[in-house]
Amino acid sequence: MGKPSDLVQGTLDLLILKTLLLEPLHGWAIAKRIQQLSGEVLQVQQGSLYPALHRLEQQGWIKAKWAESETGRQAKFYALTAAGRSQLEKETANWNRLSAAINLVVGEA
Amino acid sequence: MRLVEQLRMAFLSLFRRGQASARLDDEIRYHVERQIDENIAAGMSPEAARAAALRQFGNPALLRDQARSTWTGAWFDSLNRDCRYITRALIHAPGFTMIAVFIIALGIGANVALFTLVHRVLLDPLPYPEPEQLVSIYEHESGGNTHAYMPIDAGSFSEWQRASQGVADMAMVSPFQGYSVSAEGGKLPEKIEAAMCSWNFFSLLGVNPVLGRTFGPADDTPSADASVILSGPFWQRRYAGDPSVVGKRIWLDAKPYTVIGVLPASFVYSGAFGGNTVQVWTPIAHEFPPSLMTTFEDHEAIGIARLRPGTSLAALVSHLQAVQKQIKAGHPGPAVHDSVIGRSLLDDAVQDYKTPLYALLAATGCVLLIASMNVASLLVARIASRRKELAIRVALGGGWLRIMRERMLESLLLSAAGGALGLALAWTAIQWLVKTRHDMNRVEAIHIGAVEIAFVILAVILTALFAGLISAFSSKLKDVLGGLQDSSRTLSSSRARAGLRRTLLVLEVSLTVVLLVGAGLLLKSYQRLRSTDLGVPVDNVLTLHFGLPEARYKTPVQRVAFFENVLSQVRTLAGVQSAGLVSAAPGQGYGGDDLVTVVEHPPLPKGTGLDLQIRGADPGYFAAIHLPLIRGRIFTSDERLDRANVVVISQKAAEMCFPGEDPIGKHIKINVDGTVGEVIGVVGDTRWNITQPIMGQMYWPLFSERWVNVALIVRSPANVSAFAMPIQKIIGGLDPDLPVSGVGTLRESIAKATIDSHFDSLLILAFAVIALVLAAAGLYGVLTYLVTQRTSEIGIRIALGARREQLLRTILFDGIRPALLGLLGGLAGSAAAVRLIRSMLYQTEPLDPLVFASVAALLLAVATLACILPAWRASRLDPIQALRTE
Repeated sequence: MGKPSDLVQGTLDLLILKTLLLEPLHGWAIAKRIQQLSGEVLQVQQGSLYPALHRLEQQGWIKAKWAESETGRQAKFYALTAAGRSQLEKETANWNRLSAAINLVVGEA
Repeated sequence: MRLVEQLRMAFLSLFRRGQASARLDDEIRYHVERQIDENIAAGMSPEAARAAALRQFGNPALLRDQARSTWTGAWFDSLNRDCRYITRALIHAPGFTMIAVFIIALGIGANVALFTLVHRVLLDPLPYPEPEQLVSIYEHESGGNTHAYMPIDAGSFSEWQRASQGVADMAMVSPFQGYSVSAEGGKLPEKIEAAMCSWNFFSLLGVNPVLGRTFGPADDTPSADASVILSGPFWQRRYAGDPSVVGKRIWLDAKPYTVIGVLPASFVYSGAFGGNTVQVWTPIAHEFPPSLMTTFEDHEAIGIARLRPGTSLAALVSHLQAVQKQIKAGHPGPAVHDSVIGRSLLDDAVQDYKTPLYALLAATGCVLLIASMNVASLLVARIASRRKELAIRVALGGGWLRIMRERMLESLLLSAAGGALGLALAWTAIQWLVKTRHDMNRVEAIHIGAVEIAFVILAVILTALFAGLISAFSSKLKDVLGGLQDSSRTLSSSRARAGLRRTLLVLEVSLTVVLLVGAGLLLKSYQRLRSTDLGVPVDNVLTLHFGLPEARYKTPVQRVAFFENVLSQVRTLAGVQSAGLVSAAPGQGYGGDDLVTVVEHPPLPKGTGLDLQIRGADPGYFAAIHLPLIRGRIFTSDERLDRANVVVISQKAAEMCFPGEDPIGKHIKINVDGTVGEVIGVVGDTRWNITQPIMGQMYWPLFSERWVNVALIVRSPANVSAFAMPIQKIIGGLDPDLPVSGVGTLRESIAKATIDSHFDSLLILAFAVIALVLAAAGLYGVLTYLVTQRTSEIGIRIALGARREQLLRTILFDGIRPALLGLLGGLAGSAAAVRLIRSMLYQTEPLDPLVFASVAALLLAVATLACILPAWRASRLDPIQALRTE
């Protein structure tokens, strides 16, 4: 396994929203989940994760709640809002269109 | 839903910023702790686990900043930081901060106070419904050099009212009347100001009474029962706001009047001929004798009209003009005016204040401009002293815009503090003004409201922009970077900066000179006014007024007896030198005039007449007031009642009526009633108002049937005011129901007449002094700064043998040059500006050479004084010290 790739520009929001679709998670868990789901390929840097989370929260896509975490400490859990859900659909569709287009160009070569 | 969520987040990040920051820290800490746990689980020692976690995490401070920058109002953070930084810097320079804030406060405070006056007095509409339809109508003598707006006669008014139907509604008011209110229910008798008006006056203005009703047509006839309407303040003061006063009787001039209504306390009628202190209102046709209601020759009222929609003032005036032409054609007497003139009711109230208030506003505008220039100059100097710091910041990547924004913020903070302090100053000044200037029309309307607050904000922003932009642009980017390689010998940029400050100084000095010239002219005019000779010595004279109600003093014999009683008792008071009675004392009012003819002369051409002021005097009056007898003799005590057919005239009257001949023994006839009197003496002239030209006067014996209202004048070697109480007791002893009014010395009544001039000249002088101090401080500051910058250069010069006197002269001249340039500009500017205040000057030419010369001398002296200290200090520099500081 090579060095974890940097995230494709602009996809972090999509990944965060997607990760939160199942259940509310805190920042550390979100980073871990993305890492696991991508088969250790995608490594989310803390330096981008938290600004992204705060931006999404300011925009109203996600909302945060402090709750006890699995280790028994207080952690900030982010959950998808209704608006975030429809945003996720939009971004997913967008991503599919984009990646299909890229595949068309790259895949046939 | 999303919107609500966004607003909630925006609110939290804006107003709960501290809490949000703490939460962010918690979040980061949790993340790091989880990473440490994971590292330990992977087999690291706790220390190594922590170190690895932190390393992996990166710079938490940077992350925190990045997260925060996504929050709503991220700009707010940096602004807040800048504000804190600037505030700290300003607090560290308390001298600079206090001076700057104080200067701005003076400038803004003076402007806000004057703006409030101009706005509330000159611009605010009058508090009546549709005030723009209301106009005042006066008569005018075409070709005459008398006052342009003259009161009207009731005869003409009736004709106008008939002719203007359908075009305008017209009412008539005579606002300069008075009554004695009788003692009743334990209250003292008093003399009150009153107005007589046509019944439709209040309905025309649109004023409703708070109690009872206003006049109806039936009240406004000679045969109606006497009725009176009380003003709000009079009702509160004398009747303690008792609502049952409506329908009751009060006694005015010893006659019963029924109170039919009370006006709202807010109602004020202000006209050019007074009215704002009127206490009671009575119907004019009931009060005026019938002859006065039909005459065209006696002008006792003012016309008020409400224009119907679609009618203009000019249209109404030209309409009435045609009517008046016909009246004049039918009654060609000299006392009948031939033309009509009108102006809006607002202009009528405030015309006299327009020039002074606008002149004062212009003066305060100059002060604010000077103040902002001074603050700008201070800010420029401050930047100059922080050049190295700025250069380092720019070199380290500090944004230039950010530094500019800091300059603007600094100036905004100073201006805002100055504005707040200025508002407080303005409020105090206005409270003081409202208390001291009851005489001013519309003074009741003056207050600081929303518009004034908006004006303060505007003034703060403008001042901040002006001072901030000048200081921000004073240091260019490349100059600032130059500061890094700067040694104290490279002076180009600091020179340029001083050049900017010098230009500001030239402007400052110019404005100061204009203010000084204005103040000088007004002061000189005021001095002239104060030193104007009233015609009699004014010191140690007490005057007081009373009037005998004809309802109780029915015959002339009764009245004369009362006058003589008062005189003989007052004259026996210990310490009274002399006492006399006169119908109107010098300097205390117009007192009435009449057209006369000289019996011995051929009749004058039609339409011309000799206009003399008429006075009644007792034989002792002339000696008591020290009015010199020039020819002939004074009345004897015997020439009274039906033997009162003698008259004493003033010198001016003698010149008017008897040019080149001896008036003694000739006869004068009063046109209106045909009274004839033999001229027996000529006395000196007196002025009826210190600010007005002398008029010819004639004195008839007071002991005759004509006179009921008199002024008692008392002269005493010292402390004449002490006689006020004993004299009031004497009059009260003779008639307990007779009010005495207007108690005061002759000097006080002169002070009253000159209060406008006094006030305006003092205020402008104050502004000019402020400007002068600011300009001097500016000169001092710039020169001190220049000398500091050139310390080493001066040191070298001295070391090389420059003579100290030579140095002193050079530096001194360097400092004074902007003052000289400013002086020239200011004198030229004043020559143009003083024309605007010509109408405020009394016997003073706008281009008075003495005033201009004194201002120039004063300014040069102050400028030299401001420059001499830094110049002297520079010339005394120790060269060794100066070179070592490098």
